Amino acid sequence: MTALRAAKTNNEADNPSSPVLRFGPDKPLKLDAGTLLSPFQIAYQTYGTLNDARSNAILVCHALTGDQHVANTNPVTGKPGWWEVLIGPGKIIDTNRFFVICSNVIGGCLGSTGPASTNPATGKPYGLDLPIITIRDMVRAQLMLVDHFGIEKLFCVLGGSMGGMQVLEWASCYSERVFSALPIATGARHSSQNIAFHEVGRQAVMADPDWHGGKYFEHGKRPEKGLAVARMAAHITYLSEAALHRKFGRNLQDREALTFGFDADFQIESYLRHQGMTFVDRFDANSYLYMTRSMDYFDLAADHGGRLADAFAGTKTRFCLVSFTSDWLFPTEESRSIVHALNAAGASVSFVEIDTDRGHDAFLLDEPELFAAINGFIGSAARARGLRA
Amino acid sequence: MSVNRAQRVDLEVVAGLIPPLSRVLDVGSGDGLLLELLQETKQVDGRGLELSQRGVNECVARGLSVIQGDADTDLEFYPDKGFDFVVLSQTLQATRNPKLVLDELLRIGNRAIVSFPNFGHWRVRLSLFFKGRMPVTEDLPYSWYDTPNIHFCTIRDFVNLVEELGASVEKATALDGNGQKIGLSMPWWFWNFFGQQAVFLLKR
Repeated sequence: MTALRAAKTNNEADNPSSPVLRFGPDKPLKLDAGTLLSPFQIAYQTYGTLNDARSNAILVCHALTGDQHVANTNPVTGKPGWWEVLIGPGKIIDTNRFFVICSNVIGGCLGSTGPASTNPATGKPYGLDLPIITIRDMVRAQLMLVDHFGIEKLFCVLGGSMGGMQVLEWASCYSERVFSALPIATGARHSSQNIAFHEVGRQAVMADPDWHGGKYFEHGKRPEKGLAVARMAAHITYLSEAALHRKFGRNLQDREALTFGFDADFQIESYLRHQGMTFVDRFDANSYLYMTRSMDYFDLAADHGGRLADAFAGTKTRFCLVSFTSDWLFPTEESRSIVHALNAAGASVSFVEIDTDRGHDAFLLDEPELFAAINGFIGSAARARGLRA
Repeated sequence: MSVNRAQRVDLEVVAGLIPPLSRVLDVGSGDGLLLELLQETKQVDGRGLELSQRGVNECVARGLSVIQGDADTDLEFYPDKGFDFVVLSQTLQATRNPKLVLDELLRIGNRAIVSFPNFGHWRVRLSLFFKGRMPVTEDLPYSWYDTPNIHFCTIRDFVNLVEELGASVEKATALDGNGQKIGLSMPWWFWNFFGQQAVFLLKR
């Protein structure tokens, strides 16, 4: 089963189940690393119908290990789309009303060009020969997709975590193309602690002998153990101490007493192992390195002389930021500093902090207060944009 | 803390001072009553700053542009003259540093509108004078030990502060206990005695 899925993931990299937009040598992607990526491709999903005025488009930006399958069954895992609680016909983001686009980011592994894609120069997967990809590179590629649809101005760009970073980058670089922006559980820069966690994950991958300096496909291997450990460590940061204790406490896993060994005695151990194992079935290890690096490099203020407000100077975009009280990966203070910068830039901004013990991952869950905020914000933005109810 | 519109006559007075399509910042926007009134009747570009997260979340869910923040600490992040009007309604007395807050309002807005309960009202004086106790009235329903209102002032006190900050009063309205406007021709001492609430339009 694992091998089958692994083969499928690899296949998704070049020939995904999603529609693909391919850019030839005439349209290279300019990378922050200083090189051009060409040819390259973007895999995407769309939902709903673009109206005649092309004014009802919503771009959803996915997080670190997300993908374009935001509101349809995931072809690799067979599970529902990662934001189906929010997006779909009759949902808060109603696909009967809006045209929703979600694309796999550049550097990802589900069909947009990434380290698992075949390098046309060698006929082998890129591996580490792919230049480092930044959040801005991802957004530049998304812009080419949006241009392909002939959309002059997106009604809304939204996303959580790394998706939120893309939203901020969109609003900063292409503010005239973004009517409203909804960055959730994110920051304008990756903190030292967050870089630290990512480094632990990368080192776990690289320490796996099956990694082979990134050329594991050529050896017919995959660094599954390393990637699983990386995912286990990262997963802890997506939750909160309170939620972990509420869910697992010190409960034992299928046993009455401690075994005095290193089996998964505790439920939390078993849970994390499961998280690690299922993750390697659907994600490429090198892509994990690239994704984490893109977040580490993100520092929007640094791109604007150290003053975050300058990243949003003169913006007409309507913003709504959301944070969660128990999120220690992107604590409320991160959002608040963005809000202050937007205030200084004279921007229209709402900011909601939601009281929950579910940690960073709360943005992916059924959180009524989050939905109420999104609903209120999207509703008033739609009225301002003159979109029918 | 929900207050119905009829109880907040001062909001109608505040709204009456703001021309359509203005850019307005409501400091201490509560549950968004004023912002909603202004958006409905004046189509203003309105923003709110509110201390209570609950109030903020309710406002945003209703489509208002509101952020959580503290008038005492968060006004510094707003640019000079970023708004046509900055409103501080029934909040001045609850700030730690009213002078600084007022100074910030005058910096951020071309005009500032401030409404507050008048501590010089005859009922307040009566309570102190005869009962020897801090007043607890319909307007000021808290006991001294649990009140969020830590810096009361009278209309006269306020006018002095405005002068000290180099600002001028463009318009002032006092409301009596029934929410009726007190005649413009009345002298300050009369307003200070019979005005239960006051609304000031300021400029610097």
